[in-house]
Amino acid sequence: MTELVKREGAETALVHEPTHQAQRTYVPRVDIVETDNELRLYADMPGVQPEDLDVRFENGLLVIHGKVQPRHKDVQYLYAEYGIGDYHREFAIHEDIDANRISAEYHNGVLVVTLPKSEEVKPKRIQVKAT
Amino acid sequence: MLGRWEPFTQMEAEFNRLRDEMDRLFRRFGGNGNLWRRTPVEFPAVDIWEDDNDLYLEAELPGMELDDLEIYVTQGNQLTIKGKRTPPEVEGTWHRRERGFGEFTRVITLPVDVDADKVEATLKHGVLTVRLPKVAEARVRKIPVKAD
Repeated sequence: MTELVKREGAETALVHEPTHQAQRTYVPRVDIVETDNELRLYADMPGVQPEDLDVRFENGLLVIHGKVQPRHKDVQYLYAEYGIGDYHREFAIHEDIDANRISAEYHNGVLVVTLPKSEEVKPKRIQVKAT
Repeated sequence: MLGRWEPFTQMEAEFNRLRDEMDRLFRRFGGNGNLWRRTPVEFPAVDIWEDDNDLYLEAELPGMELDDLEIYVTQGNQLTIKGKRTPPEVEGTWHRRERGFGEFTRVITLPVDVDADKVEATLKHGVLTVRLPKVAEARVRKIPVKAD
């Protein structure tokens, strides 16, 4: 599948889905921040219905996918500066993640995935005993 | 004294040379020399379409509320979209920072005059949709054709 970064004015290539409908897939832009306790990922994925979001974590690979329903069919555009299509991106996560506690929320078109670190990799302060 | 090493200046000169070369090639093949240069579209990128009575504008503005936006029409056909997107406040190490933040203003000249008082905007899942009713004179009039 051809993946494209969604960028204003960028050229896009067509990808054929099994349904034989011309559909584009975009790479969403993300921010990833690491704190002592977790990794947090923010992905701009506007126009996805919450039920069409798919977030998976398997063998250290985080996969985010958003299916985008066509919004306006059969219209004659006066301006068409961006394309509409699904979002897909994968990340190999090198930190030890507590997979059972991964959570995701979607608000105003932004997907936020929180990946808590497992206890073993969290920084620990070692008490120094004075004798 | 050591000579100053200016990698960026050199790189820029090389890039300009390449660009001029490309322009020359494009002109030779009948282009205007600007086609390949993808000047970034203003933010936000918009789709605009119309039906008989209304113009519709759509823009992707993830992570924003309607309160963060100002949308208004002046002089009949000048649509302004203004806003500010604030970054999340998290202390930590950033591994990726690809999303854009800050203030933006875009003014779009609409193809027909619209009724500035009846403009409606909705924002859902990061997609802004604006309905702009055309002024009566700009609407499509269907003329009944009489047949004998």
